[in-house]
Amino acid sequence: MNDISKQVRRYGWIILIHLGVVIIWYLWVSISKVPDYVMPSPIATILSLGEDYGWIHNTYVTAVEVFGGYFLAVVAGVSMALIFNWFQLMEKMFMPLVVSLNMIPKVALGPLFIVWLSYGIGPNMLISFSICFLPILLTMERGLREADPDLLDLVRTLRASRWQIFTKIQLPGSLPYLFSGMKVAVILAVAGAIVGEFIASSEGLGYLMMQVQVTMDTAAMFMAVLLITAIGVVLYGIVLLLEYFFLGYGPNEI
Amino acid sequence: MSEAFIHLADVRKVFKSRKEEFLAVSEVTFDVQAGELVSLVGPSGCGKTTILKILAGIHSYEGGTVRIGSKESPFDPSKDIGIVFQQPLLLKWRKVLKNVLLPAEILGLPHKESLERAHYLLEMVGLQGFEDKYPHELSGGMQQRTAIARALIHDPKLVLMDEPFGALDALTREKMNLELLRIWRESQKTILFVTHGIQEAVFLGTRVIVLTSSPARMADNISIDLPYPRTLDMKTHEEFGKYTRHLYKHLGMEVGNSDKSGEKSAIK
Ligand SMILES: Nc1ncnc2c1ncn2[C@@H]1O[C@H](COP(=O)(O)OP(=O)(O)OP(=O)(O)O)[C@@H](O)[C@H]1O
Ligand SMILES: [Mg+2]
Repeated sequence: MNDISKQVRRYGWIILIHLGVVIIWYLWVSISKVPDYVMPSPIATILSLGEDYGWIHNTYVTAVEVFGGYFLAVVAGVSMALIFNWFQLMEKMFMPLVVSLNMIPKVALGPLFIVWLSYGIGPNMLISFSICFLPILLTMERGLREADPDLLDLVRTLRASRWQIFTKIQLPGSLPYLFSGMKVAVILAVAGAIVGEFIASSEGLGYLMMQVQVTMDTAAMFMAVLLITAIGVVLYGIVLLLEYFFLGYGPNEI
Repeated sequence: MSEAFIHLADVRKVFKSRKEEFLAVSEVTFDVQAGELVSLVGPSGCGKTTILKILAGIHSYEGGTVRIGSKESPFDPSKDIGIVFQQPLLLKWRKVLKNVLLPAEILGLPHKESLERAHYLLEMVGLQGFEDKYPHELSGGMQQRTAIARALIHDPKLVLMDEPFGALDALTREKMNLELLRIWRESQKTILFVTHGIQEAVFLGTRVIVLTSSPARMADNISIDLPYPRTLDMKTHEEFGKYTRHLYKHLGMEVGNSDKSGEKSAIK
């Protein structure tokens, strides 16, 4: 079978299964007669976009928080992993601290951030950052240590410089680990931003959900959840594209 | 006789761990002449890899002398050594050609010449047409051949091979042995070849060095006076059998079911 028809089949299935879920949702709602405020139908959900809830603005705000927090976490996580790898002393001193920090349920820090920084896009971005930074740091740090010792010996006999070892062996070898960490971090970044908005905010999809909860507009809540998910899916898609670009060379099971 | 290319005398290696010291290599002494292909055999875990790593400058050693290079053939440890390990150790994100080029890149050799040489070497190890494959697309034997080409890319004077064919099936292994002999004769390199296989050691080597089980000590150092080019049917020759029997004896394995071996097992 050729490649194109394979791809068509694959994506065809994905779309079909998603459509199937929507249809089952629709059928269930119309047959079982659950009240609208408990379970809105797919149609009601889409129609809620017509309400004047500032969808575009709120989606934009949440997206900025998620993407911003995530981007910061990738930059900081990767840089810190590099520093730890280059300066073993730093790693010895701070790695145990990082591991303990990792045990804190970051969501619990939300209220503190708000106290310290007041509320808004910045603090929510920070919550998102703090929750997805550690998995990126830890996986990258692990990936950099992963190089085969015999291979390192081999290039050291050639008097490879530290920079050569880093660029030719450690860094490319660490990418599969980094990407597995980055994929986990996507979901965390979204969760972080939304939690921030739940705690205190005046804009964003999480804020909107709190508003419409009061009026029991479940359809709008559904729509907000779908949009939040969509933000995550877009971010995940970007990560997958990057992964394909950097690791397209073969199987990368980790 | 001219100065030996490799000279080891009374080399000792101790691995220190937190609690204890472990003597891995004791009083190992041998010389290798430039252009020789010397086989190194010994039981598993006896210290063969350790000796190769001492020669490569990867491990330190606690006593004795190690000297590589002679007046006629000076030796630069960074440029004149090629290593093939027990596993291929290829970079999985690099295609075959780029894997072979790795040492040349590290040493900063001119790209155009290295590229030509890489193509030449890949042809020599029978991998022409596979330049653009990734390692995971190759068989184990092909990966190991890529590693051999990589070890030769910078034209080193000394090649250290640590059971390079250990993971191959018998048939492929014999084919690789013949190829190695051809490569060695074409390139005039000095090769130190570690193996578990007595047959392989005798078939390849100008000399076979036998080590005792841990710690590695010299058990034997015999010259194999079989002519080159060697062919597979030599393995059935009387002369070949004499060498292998001799070596099996030295490794503590009697050949045949003589009374002696019966006694030994009875005592055990
Ligand atoms: N880095 C190390 N630290 C401590 N002990 C080591 C180290 N490397 C090897 N050894 C020990 O030294 C001994 C010799 O090891 P070596 O790898 O040289 O054996 P070998 O002859 O190559 O065995 P094999 O044929 O199975 O590869 C072994 O007992 C091993 O446990
Ligand atoms: Mg070994």
